[in-house]
Amino acid sequence: MTQLKSPEELDNYRQTLSSGRDANMPCISICAGTGCLAYGAAEVIGAFKAEIEKQGLTAKVDTKGTGCPGYCEKGPVVVIYPEEICYLGVMPEDVPEIITQTIVGKKVVDRLVYSDPDSGEKAIHEADIPYYKHQKRFLLSSNTLIDSRSIDDYLLINGYSALSKALFQMTAEEVVDEVKKSKLRGRGGGGFPTGRKWEGSREAPGEVKYVLVNADEGDPGAFMDRALLEGNPHSILEGLIIGGYAIGAHEGYIYVRQEYPLAVENIKLAIEQAEEYGLLGKDILGSGFDFTVKVHQGAGAFVCGESTALMTALEGRAGEPRPKYVRSNVKGLWNRPSVLNNVETWANVPLIINRGADWFTQYGTQGSKGTKIFSLVGKITNTGLVEVPMGITLRDIIYKIGGGIPGGKKFKAIQTGGPSGGCIPETLLDLEVGFDELTEAGSMMGSGGMIVMDEDTCMVDVARYFIHFLADESCGKCVPCREGLRQMDRILKKITEGRGEEGDTKTLEELSELAIDASLCALGKSAPNPLLSTLRYFKDEYEAHIKEKRCPALSCKELISYYIDPEKCLACLACMRKCPVDGISGGKNRIHVIDQEKCTSCGTCLDVCPAKFDAVVKYSGEPVPPPIPEEKRTIDRKKKK
Amino acid sequence: MSKKIHLQIDGRDIEAEEGMTVLEAAHSAGIKIPTLCFHHELEPWGGCRLCMVELEFGDWTRLVVSCVYLVEEGLVVKTRSLKVDKTRKGILELLLAHAPDSPQLTALAEEYGADRNRFEQDASFCIHCGLCVRYCAEVAEKHALGFIDRGIRKEISFIPEIAAKECNDCKGCFPLCPTSYLQAAFVLVESLAFPRNGK
Amino acid sequence: MEAERIDQIIDEHQGAPDLLIQVLLAIQSEYNWLPKAALQRVGEKMQVPLSRILHIATFYNAFSLVPKGRHKVHICMGTACHVRGAPRILDTVQDLTGIGAGETDLEFKFSLETVNCIGCCALGPVIDIDGKIHGNVSTRDTADILEQYD
Repeated sequence: MTQLKSPEELDNYRQTLSSGRDANMPCISICAGTGCLAYGAAEVIGAFKAEIEKQGLTAKVDTKGTGCPGYCEKGPVVVIYPEEICYLGVMPEDVPEIITQTIVGKKVVDRLVYSDPDSGEKAIHEADIPYYKHQKRFLLSSNTLIDSRSIDDYLLINGYSALSKALFQMTAEEVVDEVKKSKLRGRGGGGFPTGRKWEGSREAPGEVKYVLVNADEGDPGAFMDRALLEGNPHSILEGLIIGGYAIGAHEGYIYVRQEYPLAVENIKLAIEQAEEYGLLGKDILGSGFDFTVKVHQGAGAFVCGESTALMTALEGRAGEPRPKYVRSNVKGLWNRPSVLNNVETWANVPLIINRGADWFTQYGTQGSKGTKIFSLVGKITNTGLVEVPMGITLRDIIYKIGGGIPGGKKFKAIQTGGPSGGCIPETLLDLEVGFDELTEAGSMMGSGGMIVMDEDTCMVDVARYFIHFLADESCGKCVPCREGLRQMDRILKKITEGRGEEGDTKTLEELSELAIDASLCALGKSAPNPLLSTLRYFKDEYEAHIKEKRCPALSCKELISYYIDPEKCLACLACMRKCPVDGISGGKNRIHVIDQEKCTSCGTCLDVCPAKFDAVVKYSGEPVPPPIPEEKRTIDRKKKK
Repeated sequence: MSKKIHLQIDGRDIEAEEGMTVLEAAHSAGIKIPTLCFHHELEPWGGCRLCMVELEFGDWTRLVVSCVYLVEEGLVVKTRSLKVDKTRKGILELLLAHAPDSPQLTALAEEYGADRNRFEQDASFCIHCGLCVRYCAEVAEKHALGFIDRGIRKEISFIPEIAAKECNDCKGCFPLCPTSYLQAAFVLVESLAFPRNGK
Repeated sequence: MEAERIDQIIDEHQGAPDLLIQVLLAIQSEYNWLPKAALQRVGEKMQVPLSRILHIATFYNAFSLVPKGRHKVHICMGTACHVRGAPRILDTVQDLTGIGAGETDLEFKFSLETVNCIGCCALGPVIDIDGKIHGNVSTRDTADILEQYD
């Protein structure tokens, strides 16, 4: 492959690729993202290749392992082009039928297409599936079209055309202006106007500048950056090079968290390929612009997602944040102007350059333009990634796209913004999603994690979870964060274990104020948010824990007891076998009784008790009924019918 | 001759030099701001947050760490205010849970009304001012001790092989420790972990 | 642990101090832990103080200063997994293996760690064993999953 040394050469090569591909040739795309791989996608891909060979169709059908489309609930996801027939939950056993029926016979395999859980209505094509219908998938839709490890596939979907346009048809200032005009705001959490950040670096003094990709994605519950980086690494690379050109940086760094090995592999491959094609390195496309990129792996620290900590880690040190009185776009990595943006922010750049800022601003709200990818997870029917225009309501995301709460349970709260965000209750579900709207409600956009919680989720436990997480991940440098979180962690532990005292919530509020006012970095400053939002909207749960030693959600281990209802137990032995501490007595025809002394409240008995018996019950705030006397424990089978 | 900057601290007009921190400017004018992790021979660190002051910008205010914040023309600084005092009191109470008998902390506690029994006593009396680690790295340049781990598990730790060779002739960090945790840690590592028989 | 191999790893990263973490990740990956002798060699060759190396080795989750077991069991404790019952999974695994998070058993068979989000949030609760992801795990599955490993 000789390097492409002009926009014309790029276009010609793209043309050659295009004419070399038969648009009518069937192509089977199987999602090969980390999630579907866990479901067995690799075996499915293998099964397709084997079956195609077996039926002698190798020259007539293409198969591709692609990036994550986001419908993780129904993985492994397979899309057959050109018809765009979408099959869900595909297993290796289904493969021969798909090849015979759909590829050869041009018929749809009914049982594998989407079926509405209520009406039974089927949706054959990707675009008709309700989950996708309400989304605007400008970023994610590319994932199913390309093999993540193929630069040619990326070129075929017009990849690197934005770079070509920026380098040859726009000045660096015009690129910055276009991004400013688009009103793009950082997708990593801060929501800072991207164009302004770029402008600050462009104008800052200094010869050497840097553009950086924050692919640390430490927010638990968030995995959109993973899907983008694994699925379409070239899109991020293209955005980064354009950014380098815009601010006058010739070096870029991609900081990827170590927990994403596939993303690291795919982006490193993408860099090699781009260098081979002359799209990276010296004199890109003959423009005279030089740019190189290096990949740094994280080593497991949430705080390294904070911009100054990330830069400290890039310098080869422990990721302790620095006081940021001079912005890092002026003094950042090695004290030089550095633009650090999130993966999703960079992915939006080629779109904005190609389609224009005016196109971008038609989507979203006044203050939040464009789309945002959210990871919709937790107690929700359709878990996965959703890309929606800003301004859609939370209600629509949860019910229209998410399919509501499974198991007939009641919605309780949706937590957004990761450990820096808060919990939003049902009364605010008509909130239009946007940076400012979420902040006003006591939460935050954050990187886009949306964790749905139902009636079984204890909100005091949620607060404890986040404080504990942050106490573990804090760098430990400053007092308000380290010591504040230490004490808050202790108090919340006490409360969830039934040792809460009058005055505890007041202390929590004071420690929160101290952390917000005096912490060194955003981790400490935003740490109290989940706690404060739960105190704001779920005060009654705190009162129950402290005053009544009761957990309303029946969740906190130390406050609940498990009891087997002797009226319902049919002595099937299931719980006896599975109890990890051998704490259930009984036998065939002998009612099972939990020994409360041995019970660790693990919940296994509740898990395994067959649904038709439903004999295990949780108590909180009151003692369980005493065990029935031995004589009454024998079951008379005839009576129980 | 560096540029002169004019700012106001506690109502007084102060002239400082460009590149000075607010703390340095205050000190040069004889205005007291409490510190813990600051030392004139070491790079400002911004860890204890005790030196935080309130900046006024018309209607709104901002708390900043004075040992790091550089002076700006026209800055209006308050070294004491409701917010500042509340913050300092909170910090002191959190630290007193570790080292209730530290002379420096108890003196400040009295000034700010901090209650040493507000929080449950913690086993470790290190307050993480970092003076020892930074002194050894920046002044003594021996790197005989450092930080390990992070968050609530963070600690200082001597490196036995280096400490055995260097510390007894130096001990330059000893007078800096506000709680004597440093000396205790040294004695422990000396008796338990120093290499024996010249290994 | 051969000093030559350590030197090789350092040379692959041009001995540049800002690549210190990358060097340590390579050593951790190869030896399953960071032997002290390796750290001393890194300090000498890359001209960085041992105190900085030890801070990094203890600051980041990826590193271990003691040898790990043959099978690395990582239980995700991210928010989505937490809400779906991850703490109960952790308890059950601890009961079954006899070790707590951060520990390795006496036969060096299992090393148990909690991870603050693997990124497979839609499949929660998730257990990652040696890179293989087990999703939608319930307490009753855990014994069967662990039995697959010797």
